[in-house]
Amino acid sequence: MTDLPVLILGARSDMGQAIAHAFAAQGHPIQLAARDAGSLDKVRADLALRHGVEVTLHDFDVLDSDGFAPFLDSLPALPQIAVSVVGYMGEQSENEQDLGKASLVLRSNFEGPAGILALLANRFEARGSGTLVGVSSVAGDRGRATNYVYGSAKAGFTAFLSGLRNRLAKTGVHVVTVLPGFVNTAMTEGMDLPAKLTAEPDEVGHAVLKAVQKQRNVIYVRGIWRLVMAIIRNIPEPVFKKLKI
Amino acid sequence: MKLSGWGRFPRIETEVRAPRDEAAVKAFVTGSSPVIARGNGRSYGDSAVGAGLTLDMRHFNHMLEFDAETGRLVAEAGVLLGDVIDAFLPRGWFPLVTPGTKLITLGGAIAADVHGKNHHVEGSFGACVDWIEIMGPNGEVRRASRKDEDDLFWWTIGGMGLTGVILRAAIRLRPVETAWIRQTIHPAPDLATAMDMFEAHGHDTYSVAWIDCMGQGRHLGRSLVMLGEHATRAELDPKKAETPLDAGHKGKLSVPLDFPGFALNRWTVRAFNELYYRMGAWKAGTSLVDWDSYFYPLDSVLKWNRIYGRRGFAQFQCVIPLASARDGLTELLQAIADAGAGSFLAVLKRFGPQDSAFSFPMEGYTLALDFPMKSHTLDLLERLDAIAVAHGGRFYLAKDSRMRAATLRQADDRVSEFLEMRETRGLKAHFASAQSERLSL
Repeated sequence: MTDLPVLILGARSDMGQAIAHAFAAQGHPIQLAARDAGSLDKVRADLALRHGVEVTLHDFDVLDSDGFAPFLDSLPALPQIAVSVVGYMGEQSENEQDLGKASLVLRSNFEGPAGILALLANRFEARGSGTLVGVSSVAGDRGRATNYVYGSAKAGFTAFLSGLRNRLAKTGVHVVTVLPGFVNTAMTEGMDLPAKLTAEPDEVGHAVLKAVQKQRNVIYVRGIWRLVMAIIRNIPEPVFKKLKI
Repeated sequence: MKLSGWGRFPRIETEVRAPRDEAAVKAFVTGSSPVIARGNGRSYGDSAVGAGLTLDMRHFNHMLEFDAETGRLVAEAGVLLGDVIDAFLPRGWFPLVTPGTKLITLGGAIAADVHGKNHHVEGSFGACVDWIEIMGPNGEVRRASRKDEDDLFWWTIGGMGLTGVILRAAIRLRPVETAWIRQTIHPAPDLATAMDMFEAHGHDTYSVAWIDCMGQGRHLGRSLVMLGEHATRAELDPKKAETPLDAGHKGKLSVPLDFPGFALNRWTVRAFNELYYRMGAWKAGTSLVDWDSYFYPLDSVLKWNRIYGRRGFAQFQCVIPLASARDGLTELLQAIADAGAGSFLAVLKRFGPQDSAFSFPMEGYTLALDFPMKSHTLDLLERLDAIAVAHGGRFYLAKDSRMRAATLRQADDRVSEFLEMRETRGLKAHFASAQSERLSL
């Protein structure tokens, strides 16, 4: 099992690289996909040197849906495990004023990732095996004033993963939904995040590896988020709409 | 934010940035306030706390090339020594030089020119460095080696980050057959016996002594001298020989909270030392020890610096030249024992000869120990400074958190040359740490 390739979509991100390390440490060959993939050469070298596995780089643009099928055809092998870590938060204040910016957030977090995973799902289904991992967000569990454009895109992605898992349940293809909570990455740099709720990228990597090995369905990287989000989801709307959270 | 070194003293206000690429480093280096690069924060004092800006270099953590013929690794400065071991010990390679923790970055190892238990044979960390790439004051990156830019090379090794930001380096690893060390423990009832033992074992690969700094009178300087050799495959029992390069992984303990200040006092330390010495004397002889327990006993206790409580602790490490070592060490140990202030982490080691521009080691004996920060600690450290200086000794800047600028000048006549180099290369305005300001470097 450990010699089967793992595809990382969004390999420029800290989380994507941490997930790549977790799988490479088990001996999996790694396919790193991102825009301008050539610039990830030192990441490739590092993964290959540390873990002694083959690592390849592949150009991939989540906004270019016409390029999805040719991208998959160009991979050295159809991966056994595909992980989408693609995401883009933008600025909520701009997203609510500028439809173009909001659209970019929706396409980057929902339309694009769902599209590429849909194509992979069909190929995995035809083969009769494989695991798809979608890194979504707790922001999708309930829309909040401070990031509802991003949150709604993630909500869509979470629902898509849930449906895909349901559809593929009897085909040998498994779908994992990952809800990381706060993670200490380039995307959150400079934000004042509560330490107990904030995971390091390595934790996400290990959590994803474990979830794939144990065929889990939906995981929160830090368990406490399951509780936090259960509370947030259950606040009655008349109260919730007046809260600042 | 307030930042400190591993000793958690002093805590100093600084701005911390964690650049992700060279362009970002360049923007900081060429900016208006001076910077200092910081690795994994294992220097004890304020060497890696910026006088203006602190650059956390841990995003530069990529290994770039490895030559399996020669054992040469090219890596970014933020790669941890422990990561190098994880990656290459299974393939039969080990760091040529390692200090007592693997949780240090390559950049930090070069800047402090760290040493290990094999200094008397291999020298300090600089001995395994083939080249260094350093960003200078204008943001230009230079590759310095023994051949090209050799001045910059030698000043950077042991230069405490004050010659620029170390970005990458090529280091050589040593081939090993197994992940095991054949350790021999010799009890030494006093200092003279311990020193004689070091002199008699000058060709052993590794040698270090734990020293009981509470020992008084005829027990002054009593030690456990620990010698080590990389075990060969033939020395392993059949079970270990199945996976000779894998000694297994142990769990990690962590100190969950700060110990109260009274937890470590002269009675608890004395009791511990008595027990430790007797156990060592009882277990004396030869045994096989896994690499992690042998080189990095404290790494298995994460956050061990918390046993000294919230006020932190100060390390003291000096080296006394061979000729005056016996007298100097006796005086130092007497002063420590009189104060009843030592801790249980006290180490004695024989250094071999070393040529360097600004590195700490020189031929002689080095004594290292830590003191919990208490009201009288700083006074005691000043007394120890004076004894070391009087015997021609000098001090390890990676451990220092409180020395006076004048003491450094008395102890080390290389300071003026170092300063001149900083001036002529235009480094002073761009690279400075809290330590370099304190010591007027």
